[in-house]
Amino acid sequence: MSMLLAICNLGRILTREGREMAEIKLRGLRKSYGGHEVIRGVDIDIADGEFCVFVGPSGCGKSTLLRMVAGLEDITDGTLEIGGQRVNEAQPRDRGVAMVFQNYAIFPHMSVRENMAFGLTIAHASKAEKAAKVQRAAEILQMEHLLDRRPSQLSGGQRQRVAIGRAITRNPGVFLFDEPLSNLDAALRMDMRMEIGKLHKQLGTTMIYVTHDQVEAMTLADKIIVLRDGQVMQAGAPMELYQNPVNRFVAGFLGAPSMNFLDVEIVAADNETAKVARPSMDPIVVPTRGRRFVPGARAVLGLRPQHISACAPDQGVLHGQVTLTERLGSETVVDLVMQDGKNVIAAFGEDKEFERGQRVDLIFAPEQAHLFEEES
Amino acid sequence: MAAIRADNHRLRLAVRYLVLILIAAIFIFPLMFMVMSSFKPSDQLLSDTSSLRAFLPVGDLSLHNYMGAFERAPVGLFVVNSIFVTSTTVLLSLLVCSLAGFSFVFLQWRGRDVMLSIVLATLIVPFETIAIPLLLEVSKLPWLGLSGLEWGWLDSYRVQIIPWIADGLTIFLFVQYFKGLPEELIEAARVEGASWLQIYLRVVLPLSGPVIATAAILKFLVMYNQYLWPLIVVQQEQYRPVMVGLQYFFQLSPAWGEIMAYLTLITVPVLAFYLALQRAFIASIATTGVKG
Repeated sequence: MSMLLAICNLGRILTREGREMAEIKLRGLRKSYGGHEVIRGVDIDIADGEFCVFVGPSGCGKSTLLRMVAGLEDITDGTLEIGGQRVNEAQPRDRGVAMVFQNYAIFPHMSVRENMAFGLTIAHASKAEKAAKVQRAAEILQMEHLLDRRPSQLSGGQRQRVAIGRAITRNPGVFLFDEPLSNLDAALRMDMRMEIGKLHKQLGTTMIYVTHDQVEAMTLADKIIVLRDGQVMQAGAPMELYQNPVNRFVAGFLGAPSMNFLDVEIVAADNETAKVARPSMDPIVVPTRGRRFVPGARAVLGLRPQHISACAPDQGVLHGQVTLTERLGSETVVDLVMQDGKNVIAAFGEDKEFERGQRVDLIFAPEQAHLFEEES
Repeated sequence: MAAIRADNHRLRLAVRYLVLILIAAIFIFPLMFMVMSSFKPSDQLLSDTSSLRAFLPVGDLSLHNYMGAFERAPVGLFVVNSIFVTSTTVLLSLLVCSLAGFSFVFLQWRGRDVMLSIVLATLIVPFETIAIPLLLEVSKLPWLGLSGLEWGWLDSYRVQIIPWIADGLTIFLFVQYFKGLPEELIEAARVEGASWLQIYLRVVLPLSGPVIATAAILKFLVMYNQYLWPLIVVQQEQYRPVMVGLQYFFQLSPAWGEIMAYLTLITVPVLAFYLALQRAFIASIATTGVKG
């Protein structure tokens, strides 16, 4: 406990050491390679001290966007402001950012100490200042015993700590993380994810974190930016995005297992609800969450696997047969095929046993269902 | 069964060693012939060539050939000239070509790819084709020395050094090696605040040991073996390198013993240099895929 308090104190000291306010504004940001536009007019506001996660599938432009903030990619159009200053043309070193790369990018010919002090050495900091800052960063990351080792003598997780330590020593206004945990195994990834979360709490620095892993996004972020094809699909707090996704893409991207999508027909609709039906599902009234639907139109019903539960025979809304069961101990994920051949995944919050081919009736709370326009 | 397998293994090993020894012998025998012959009188040297005695330290051995070589030519001066010209060119070439490679790989500038193509195209131009135009060029170039402005570079060290500093092969070696360095290292250094020069000095050069060794050895061999160029641009003895010095031994009848002694003497710096960088050179061939 006392150790934790000590770490928190260190973090507070670090944050007060002359770090400048670092809110970030992206306005109409665009990036083209030749004629191919990969970032297509992105507007994002990141408050000082906020932990912002860019998330999206491969090729959505999240890493490019981060590299534009870092100054490693030119900005084709739009404005980038860090701490109230326009930095479109500024060199990376003049932006007050530090970056942690997916492949660690620590210098193999330098010791851990030299790696962590690299930015300070470049800035001609005194020996005493370098020693103090490296020591402090090493204490935060609990790696004092590694300072004299070479990167080749470190494990993947330790190397990533060195990369984070190098970022900390410069006390930057903004930390940029480019998929920092992708090269680590599952157990280490979870440990490091928690470490990064703690680090943000300690330092209180603005952080932008790029990942394709929605679990990292949900657990770390104050704000998630979901990107697709170089455009922002939705920005907001993790639970806001989880509970109120603006479209089918965001709904399907966040949450594991992914949301089920069922094509339905609007039977009746008013301002707040719509009655929907499909051949293998009994008609049901669900909220429209501000979207407008007209009777007879096609729509897509979104159901999170966790919101579906099994019920007594012939009382369910959905009726299916079990094709696959994954028993995870605390949860059971079941893949069912409905009468019309459509697959639905249900996740039950307890250990359950199902036979392959077993008929199961399912219900869900209508208020937790999502209704999207067909083309969303 | 196990005994048969062990015998087969031993046989394969023996054959492998035999082949390796034969290959090694092909490379070592000429050197042994040169060194052994340098201690033998010319008539014995010639008669020994018909047998294996040519490679053995047998017969009338003495240092007469070495003394004769030193009397016939200023060997020390030639060796010093060659070492000075070679080492200066190697150092300057490593600096200039590595900077050029750095610029081609890491910096963005207009015309970069075209320029690299031109540099690489120079690899297929034999030196003999440009020797005379280059001679005409350097014979008219100005030079600001201690004695004021002079015209023409002939009969000097600079004419043996400067035209050889930048070359396509060395630049190509650096370009290939730099392309293999992880780009994130350069980007990390940029974000950490390093200028391009600091990235070159603190990140790229310290990681370039193998390619520096390869480029240094290849350049050293080219420069130390220079014959045609110094032959046409240097007339005064005081600037002559070792290979041109070989002429001194062919003027009347070739003194084979002295020639072997001279060749042994001038081979020593090359062997010493190679042995010093051998480990890095082999590592470099393994990592860059460059054949020496």
